[in-house]
Amino acid sequence: MAAITLDSVHKSFGRTEVIHGVSIDIQDGEFIVIVGPSGCGKSTLLRMVAGLETVTRGEVRIDGVCVNDEEPMDRDIAMVFQNYALYPHMSVFDNMAYGLKIARVPKSEIQRRVNVAAEMLQLEALLERRPRELSGGQRQRVAMGRAIVRKPKVFLFDEPLSNLDAKLRVQMRLEIRDLQKELGVTSLYVTHDQVEAMTLADRMVVMNKGIADQKGAPLEVYSDPRTAFVAGFIGSPATNFLPVEAATNPRHDASLLGVRPEHAITCTPSEGRIQGRLIYAEALGAETLLHVKLADGILFTVRQAGTDPIPSEGAECGIIWDQRHQLMFRADGIRCEE
Amino acid sequence: MGGMVEKRGVSYWLIHAGLILGVAIIFFPIWLAFVASTVDQQDIIRPPMPLLPGDQFLENYGRALTSGVNAPVARMLLNSSVMALGIAFGKIVISLLSAFAIVYFRFPGRRLFFWLIFLTLMLPVEVRIVPTYEVAANFGMLNSYSGLILPLIASATATFLFRQFFMTVPDELAEAARVDGARPMRFFFDILVPMSRTNIAALFVILFIYGWNQYLWPLLITTDPQMNTIVMGIKQMFPSGDDLADWPVIMATSLLAMIPPVVVVILMQNLFVRGLMESEK
Repeated sequence: MAAITLDSVHKSFGRTEVIHGVSIDIQDGEFIVIVGPSGCGKSTLLRMVAGLETVTRGEVRIDGVCVNDEEPMDRDIAMVFQNYALYPHMSVFDNMAYGLKIARVPKSEIQRRVNVAAEMLQLEALLERRPRELSGGQRQRVAMGRAIVRKPKVFLFDEPLSNLDAKLRVQMRLEIRDLQKELGVTSLYVTHDQVEAMTLADRMVVMNKGIADQKGAPLEVYSDPRTAFVAGFIGSPATNFLPVEAATNPRHDASLLGVRPEHAITCTPSEGRIQGRLIYAEALGAETLLHVKLADGILFTVRQAGTDPIPSEGAECGIIWDQRHQLMFRADGIRCEE
Repeated sequence: MGGMVEKRGVSYWLIHAGLILGVAIIFFPIWLAFVASTVDQQDIIRPPMPLLPGDQFLENYGRALTSGVNAPVARMLLNSSVMALGIAFGKIVISLLSAFAIVYFRFPGRRLFFWLIFLTLMLPVEVRIVPTYEVAANFGMLNSYSGLILPLIASATATFLFRQFFMTVPDELAEAARVDGARPMRFFFDILVPMSRTNIAALFVILFIYGWNQYLWPLLITTDPQMNTIVMGIKQMFPSGDDLADWPVIMATSLLAMIPPVVVVILMQNLFVRGLMESEK
């Protein structure tokens, strides 16, 4: 168990700087999810904590000790990789035991720890199998098992679920959450999937082009995005962005208006703050997504309950929203102060 | 599989007849050599040449193995085995290590070294044989196993092959091993070498035969008949001038020379095929 501190960490590859100074304080036992689109530097950040990438500038501290120059094995971390990275010629047991063998843990202790982990992950029956004889979900479990048996201070997850199918992903998401709560090990989890980020995180860090745009509890980030990027990236369907002229009482420094789909409702054209034509309605059962094309060509999504009446496609309609829910952003993308 | 050939029509028999004929044609010279190694000298010289084995099998092979013409064949077989095994193992070890260095380590001149190795592909043994001989002679390696083996041990082909294979191993595997605490050589022995076993088996077969069939180099480096290898030994059994060729012994030697490569191919083939099927993901 450990606290991790990233202190204005920079990373350059050659002359290109990809991480422009990120600082994060992670409490002991906390589950932190780093989320962002591909190429935002989230994996690089994780790999710097793991020790697989050097830190160009700044410090990574585990339990207050700077580990910049330490090898991964000396940092007492365990990592779960996107493609699982299981050793193909070793049995499940040997895969999980490999790190312990290197650490010269006594045989009986290895046996005990692997068995405990295998029971936790329902792998008991598979211990003699080779990785290629396992399904994707099982391989994922073995990768988790390999991390657990080490009893590390820190778990690092690099998009561990992105190779699984949708149903399994939901299931494994819950399992990872349970496991982390049970073990109480500080965890750093990288994903591009904002649903994973919302459901797993104690706190999440939204990365954008090498900068941590916002850090906070998932719901706090959702309801109170600090930048236009965060507002657009977190939440599905995404926040609608309009020219600020569409807002009621626009602030003088604002240039962009954001409205979440669930905060908008359709009405008659004359009542609406903006008008458009309903292109199509996606009825998903519990909810319906209305895609409205505005006069200037912008697509605006309205989310309404599945029981609400659906306007006919092609109909002209207006859209209104509560002034409380308006998100206004400056030209540089930063949210206007309330 | 059995169910697929239930109808045994004319074509089935024709195909098999064709195949058997093909095998017979290819096998015929070897059969002739075998026959020649079991009769005595007179039978070979007097036409027509016999097509059925004679009664001199034990006699001829015994003579070949224990005395031969210049050196006992048993001795030459031993020399050839030491040389072929030395070259095969040496080449595999060296090329595994050099490919490991080139793929997994960043060091100054890494590309230069790769290209230097690659460049030697263009220079066959014959091209560099005179300077190599000079070096070997200066090291006092004439008429020794190290002289037979060491100069042939560096292998650009094998290095290149392992390099290509290592590059297909996902980086995450090396990273996972690093996180697990494996130092580089530990990763090499625990992960990379076991994963390469199919390639190693295939290369071993090729390199063993390569080493076994060396002719020019042993001819240069050995002058003592006790250090002759079998492939060059056969040639040296041919008489010069008016001497009479001892054909039965020469033929027995030829057949004996074929056995080790055949055994290696048959033994390794099993491992090779099993390895191929295992590594399928």
